[in-house]
Amino acid sequence: MERSRREFLKIAGASAAIGLGAGQVMEAVAAATNHQAAPEAQVAHQPEALKATRWGMVVDTRKIESAEQIEKMVEACHKEHNVPMLEEERHRIKWIWETHFHNAFPSQATDRVSEHLEHILLPVMCNHCENPPCVRACPTKATFKRESDGIVMMDFHRCIGCRFCMAACPYGSRSFNFRDPKPFIPEINKAYPTRMKGVVEKCNFCVERLAVGKLPACVEVSDGILTFGDLNDPESEVSKLLKENYAIRRKTNLGTGPSVYYIV
Amino acid sequence: MNDKGKIVTGLVIFAALVSFPFWYNLGKAAPPPEVVLTDKAKAAKECVLPKDEIRTEHMQLLDVWRDTQVRDGQTVYINAKGKSYIMSLSNTCLDCHSNYKDFCDRCHVYASVDPYCFDCHIDNPKETK
Ligand code: SF4
Ligand code: SF4
Ligand code: SF4
Repeated sequence: MERSRREFLKIAGASAAIGLGAGQVMEAVAAATNHQAAPEAQVAHQPEALKATRWGMVVDTRKIESAEQIEKMVEACHKEHNVPMLEEERHRIKWIWETHFHNAFPSQATDRVSEHLEHILLPVMCNHCENPPCVRACPTKATFKRESDGIVMMDFHRCIGCRFCMAACPYGSRSFNFRDPKPFIPEINKAYPTRMKGVVEKCNFCVERLAVGKLPACVEVSDGILTFGDLNDPESEVSKLLKENYAIRRKTNLGTGPSVYYIV
Repeated sequence: MNDKGKIVTGLVIFAALVSFPFWYNLGKAAPPPEVVLTDKAKAAKECVLPKDEIRTEHMQLLDVWRDTQVRDGQTVYINAKGKSYIMSLSNTCLDCHSNYKDFCDRCHVYASVDPYCFDCHIDNPKETK
């Protein structure tokens, strides 16, 4: 078909005008059916929620007598958070676990430690670092630090399973779900979600319990070994313990600034 | 032009095949889904949002809830009527609507959507898979 240049321009102009018009119509439609979930609605904290500006944990290693004490904490945590029990070591999911002093503190500048420390097992978990390398490594912001209280959190919904955070964490605090965890959860706690294959998880300092005014599950069953509180509040239990006792943190030379302290 | 007959036959067969799904399903339109309310849901009388809104916008609401709860740490939602709810799919929504198969799934299957919320937020998910 032959068309003159003039005709072509006319048609092009007309289509452009229609196109622009359509854009406006679309906008108007979008505005009319604006998907704002109830604009008058509000959100709030639960009144009983525990609040702090920097949550921290103090582990009093002097009170540790047996491995059963630590196992009790592990059990409480893993039950609360639907952590699966996988037999194979490389598939295992750990939020809190027990380890020897020389493994927890490999850079401690001494080859001799007290007999007590030599013999006991220490509980270790995510340190909720002040300067967390896992957060910096996460490309999706699925791992983030809550500015309000310093808890390093996981948004499981966003995690794409790239495991950069696991490479970045110098404490091995994170685990990856290589398999669907559901069949391996002994008893599901319906109040807390489970995870799916391909998602990373770790200790969350029990945010879901703090939100309803409860202390972390591990602290509750710790026979006083664990103390939880606001590190920024000089009057808090943890601050007092740290004022009166000598405490160390794991791998401080890396500059992560752990919020979990060990009184030795 | 001796192949006229063959071409026409071919075309008729082609048209019949292409339109097969249409006339096969004629008069068999799937009825709109009926959801079953649990006794608890019935007793509550109203949902977090008015019925029409929650029906069409629960996914947007849940999206807001997720971010507010997980990322901002706020847990209470106060609706336009001033009633408060804990923002939790597992503990609030699925507490009333504990009949996943006869509630959530009814519409989701009808609309052919497959939200992955239930991979984690229910203990008996995706029974069909
Ligand atoms: S201990 Fe590891 S996972 Fe926890 S905040 Fe520090 S770097 Fe991140
Ligand atoms: S595995 Fe998940 S949390 Fe870790 S860095 Fe990747 S997206 Fe972030
Ligand atoms: S603080 Fe909570 S999540 Fe972390 S180890 Fe203790 S019980 Fe587990």
